[in-house]
Amino acid sequence: MINLVVCIKQVPMVSELPWDAHTGTLKRELAEGMMNPACGHALEAALQIKEKHGAHITAVTMGPPMAEEVLREAIALGADRGILLTDPRMAGADTFVTSYILARAIEKICPNFDLIFCGCQTSDSETAQVGPQLSEELDIPGAANVEKLDLTGRSLRIQRLSDNFLETLEFDLPGLITLTTQHYEPRHVSLSGMQQAFEFGEIVTLTAADLGLDPEFKSAKNSPTRILDVFSPVAQNKNIVMKGAPKKIVEQLFLKFDDKIGGAIGKDLKEKT
Amino acid sequence: MMDAERNIWVFGDYRNYFQNRVTLQLLSRAADLAPKINARVGAVILGSHINEYVNEYIAHGAQKVYLIDHPSLARYSIETYTTLIEGLARKYLPDIVLVGATSFGRELAPRLAKRLDTGLTADCIRLDINADGLLEQTAPSFGGNLLARIVTPVSRPQMATVRPGSFQEIPHDSSRQGMVICEPMPKKLPKERMRLINYERKPPRGQRIEEARVVVCGGRGMGSKNKFRKLYELAQLLGGEVGATRPVVYSGWADPEALVGQAGKQIKPQVLFSFGISGAIQHTAGFNNAGLVIAVNKNPNATMMKIADVAIVADANQFCSSLIKELKKRIRN
Ligand SMILES: Cc1cc2nc3c(=O)[nH]c(=O)nc-3n(C[C@H](O)[C@H](O)[C@H](O)COP(=O)(O)OP(=O)(O)OC[C@H]3O[C@@H](n4cnc5c(N)ncnc54)[C@H](O)[C@@H]3O)c2cc1C
Ligand SMILES: Nc1ncnc2c1ncn2[C@@H]1O[C@H](COP(=O)(O)O)[C@@H](O)[C@H]1O
Repeated sequence: MINLVVCIKQVPMVSELPWDAHTGTLKRELAEGMMNPACGHALEAALQIKEKHGAHITAVTMGPPMAEEVLREAIALGADRGILLTDPRMAGADTFVTSYILARAIEKICPNFDLIFCGCQTSDSETAQVGPQLSEELDIPGAANVEKLDLTGRSLRIQRLSDNFLETLEFDLPGLITLTTQHYEPRHVSLSGMQQAFEFGEIVTLTAADLGLDPEFKSAKNSPTRILDVFSPVAQNKNIVMKGAPKKIVEQLFLKFDDKIGGAIGKDLKEKT
Repeated sequence: MMDAERNIWVFGDYRNYFQNRVTLQLLSRAADLAPKINARVGAVILGSHINEYVNEYIAHGAQKVYLIDHPSLARYSIETYTTLIEGLARKYLPDIVLVGATSFGRELAPRLAKRLDTGLTADCIRLDINADGLLEQTAPSFGGNLLARIVTPVSRPQMATVRPGSFQEIPHDSSRQGMVICEPMPKKLPKERMRLINYERKPPRGQRIEEARVVVCGGRGMGSKNKFRKLYELAQLLGGEVGATRPVVYSGWADPEALVGQAGKQIKPQVLFSFGISGAIQHTAGFNNAGLVIAVNKNPNATMMKIADVAIVADANQFCSSLIKELKKRIRN
């Protein structure tokens, strides 16, 4: 039987983001958590392999203790066990360190893995980097943005859209794929399944020490990147009225909202000096 | 054999050349930033028979081009490209490596950063050099609801993928000179484990209005079918979609697919422009989860103006034209 690993991140529910009106920042600790959407599709793809070929599925998450919820959900949907990586020393990881920790955990708990599933990206940090970096860490072939997959023996054939090309690729297991949200629509969790998962689901909790990480290791310190600040380009003041000559209003609009509009369209709209 | 001077590298992503100008945009931004840290701008390009791109990159601002030209590189391949660029970076130690946030770039850059033991910021929309001489990278998260400023203080190179369209390319100038550094294909290279079975060009999938980050909605107040067309130009500039109210669809100014509201589509753009729309509940029910709502109406008392974040009292047409003009100016810069 083949061993599948699904990496799942718990992300804040965006529609209920608690904002700090003063600083324009997100009070993350107050946000309701949910399974990252693309991770849901990754799990579904793994579940379909399990149904077709038979497989053992390990769901892995790194996060605060409450991230256990997404593991319970994964078990309710059909995963066989959950691995929770939680430790204050793991907090503040960028993708470089996240992929390092996930790799060490997979090597430890599931050294005979055949295929690793990730989401193509998370809805909070949106980096799409953890999957490719994890395949580097484990030195296995990896393909990002997979839309369809087909397993024959130990060879995996995948299809994906890469820039303007439809690519069909093939590699031998073990390997890693990241799933888009195009196909593999996640199934629904039944309430009884959820109850079962909470009562009987197998969850293993591992700390940095359990993984044998260096005693000096701290995600925040070991991450090569530093976040200087996070700010919200969303203006909090509602119903501003602007009137006058259209040209003047346009100027006013950009003065106030060039960040917000620029953020949405992915362009720098600041007036250049 | 480190270069005496510092270097900013741009990955030469030439696949899909005519649609994808991000390499040229990055060369332009690198050229702006380079003097601030006393660096030169280099393009790195791998492939087979790629001389035309070498000239193209020099004409667009590259001062050096690092090149590996080999028949086996005719198609992009992730493992081989990663290994080759890793080798070049170890040899020449660039200070900064910029990669366009194309599908390939976003797969290549994280692997490269991992191999080089360095940080990487994803999908940046702004790049600057800060007071400490570090590359300050601004990247959106939470679907653009937040922007983060990120640096890589110690590890080198500092790496970023950059969203296409964030910068404006320098016009082509064939009189520009550049140095070409031809690197040999290494004799021993690990075998590519990812086998390419098939490869076909696909037109990009059309964006659905439900997923658009920006929607420009127009109502009866646009005046006529002809004037309504202006909204398509605006939406295109913003990379967004056009939405419409029911009378507009009934009059044939817009396709039925564009209808927003109770009888039409539910949209959730980060920015919604609303032109000449009264704000009937059947329409406004279509965008409960919109971010910034900007309404333009000549009547300040219209419902739409009360529920908008920004209520602009103006003629919808005139305002639309002014906005298009200003956007063109700012996007070009
Ligand atoms: C069962 C039912 C379902 C419906 N479903 C939908 C639906 O899904 N979607 C939908 O959109 N509608 C729907 N409608 C219709 C809806 O009730 C409204 O009639 C419609 O939304 C109004 O469209 P409008 O704002 O474009 O036009 P109007 O209400 O005529 O408003 C035009 C606005 O433009 C302004 N204006 C005029 N000239 C200018 C100018 N030069 N510059 C700036 N502003 C100007 C006016 O001040 C006015 O506010 C439905 C109705 C029913 C009964
Ligand atoms: N903390 C985490 N725990 C488990 N998996 C993660 C974590 N962070 C990222 N991933 C995986 O990496 C994918 C891409 O994440 P990102 O690079 O943050 O966009 C996610 O969809 C997950 O599969």
